[in-house]
Amino acid sequence: MAYSNKVLDHYNHPRNVGSLDKADRNVGTGMVGAPECGDVMKLQVKVDPETGVIEDAKFKTFGCGSAIASSSLATEWLRGKTVDQALEIKNTDIVNELSLPPVKIHCSVLAEDAIKAAISDYKKKQQSAVPAETALV
Amino acid sequence: MKLPIYLDNHATTRMDPRVFETIRPYFLEVFGNAASRNHSFGWEAEEATDKARKQIADLIGATPKEIVFTSGATESNNLAIKGVAEMYAERGNHIITAVTEHKAVLDTCKHLEKRGLRITYLPVGQDGLVDLDQLRDAITDKTILVSIMYANNEIGVIQPVAEIGRIAKEKGVLFHSDAVQAVGKIPVNVISDNIDIMSLTGHKIYGPKGCGALYVRRRNPRVQLTAQMDGGGHERGMRSGTLNVPGIVGLGAACELCGREMAEESVRLRGLRDYLKGRLMNELDEVYVNGSLEHRLPHNLNISFAYVEGESLLMGINDIAVSSGSACTSATLEPSYILKALGAGDDLAHSSIRFGLGRFTTKEEIDYAADKVVQVVRKLRELSPLYEMAKEGVDLSKVVWAAH
Repeated sequence: MAYSNKVLDHYNHPRNVGSLDKADRNVGTGMVGAPECGDVMKLQVKVDPETGVIEDAKFKTFGCGSAIASSSLATEWLRGKTVDQALEIKNTDIVNELSLPPVKIHCSVLAEDAIKAAISDYKKKQQSAVPAETALV
Repeated sequence: MKLPIYLDNHATTRMDPRVFETIRPYFLEVFGNAASRNHSFGWEAEEATDKARKQIADLIGATPKEIVFTSGATESNNLAIKGVAEMYAERGNHIITAVTEHKAVLDTCKHLEKRGLRITYLPVGQDGLVDLDQLRDAITDKTILVSIMYANNEIGVIQPVAEIGRIAKEKGVLFHSDAVQAVGKIPVNVISDNIDIMSLTGHKIYGPKGCGALYVRRRNPRVQLTAQMDGGGHERGMRSGTLNVPGIVGLGAACELCGREMAEESVRLRGLRDYLKGRLMNELDEVYVNGSLEHRLPHNLNISFAYVEGESLLMGINDIAVSSGSACTSATLEPSYILKALGAGDDLAHSSIRFGLGRFTTKEEIDYAADKVVQVVRKLRELSPLYEMAKEGVDLSKVVWAAH
């Protein structure tokens, strides 16, 4: 199968590989996929709680080249976006940017799911970690 | 050393230049139809195919008259299985095969199943071998054929063919073996292996594509097959169609070379294969060989690199031609059914690479391949959330995955 130059570029030079502290309340973690399906994506965002802007995004992916490229691209796009803007990223945007063939569309779907999962984890943490002064009331 | 390196010799092999030179005159000079009885063009062509028949027969312990030429192993397997099913329909309607067979056997059996035959697909153990007791138990008075491959195309595992043949013989059932991966690579003898019908092909043994053969036993018992190709009654009526003389000459020459060089070649390839395995297993952790190491073709290595997906690994080693059991590399988007049959788990099937060494493989190429694989596996593990979790002590089998 021929890969697009953009997929090859992300595969050869993946952006923002790594992990953020899962325990940090400003970090949201999304893990989607399953090993037996052949792809697992872990995507993390670190959000500035004051502004709601994503200041850092990291990923690790077990999967084919297109899955690695989709998640690498997602982290690039997430940085600097607000949480709400991040939720507007659609898998079709990823498909277009990376010129993914039809058999690889599921990789982009997975990346979109990973973004949603990471943001939802962040939001959940924000809600549950109630600030001390309000808790006393 | 020339890149890319070819290590996919189970898929096909490069033609041996000596075979090519033998074939050459049969395109332009000796171009006759081997069935033309009344002129020298035909006689020469027939002489050439007769010689090839003997070369093939000599390699597998058969007689020349027991060789039926076909277009390749897929046709040979179809002819063997459908031919027996039709010819022996009055005797029974049950065929036994194994889950790890090539699609040319499995899909032929499925086709017959749709037409009302009963097919038993024997499971295999973790080592890839069929269980002889299960085979024995599966045979009924309606069984007409056992079809079990000699050696597997993905994991290189060699089945206990002689024992399978003995059991079939005891029960009066015919035994067909798809031996494309074994013939020319390890000693195969249809007499001592108790084989009644056997498929082989040219392009797996440094010969031409598009030419194969089916061994059909003539004595003890005399096997009859219903032709699947009707026409001029060539090949004792079992396979009509003008003989592919250049292909057949090449197949014969390839067999003769294999017969002469197999002993030495297999020792050399086993050495290189074991060296490759040793390097990968010493330099990387969590590397698993799929299937039996003991009962295995000398030039095969099928190995899983845990936490690394096969297609992404192939992308990283794109100057080395190998295959993966990963779903992403197959048309069906399913991981290898052969690796799944070993019960190794789909995750390891996705992480597998098949190395097929061959006559032209050098030590230098193996070193290059080992270096590259180690480097890329390390890089991809840095990228792998699974590797990270495993290192943190998470039991991946207990994780509830958000499957998609």
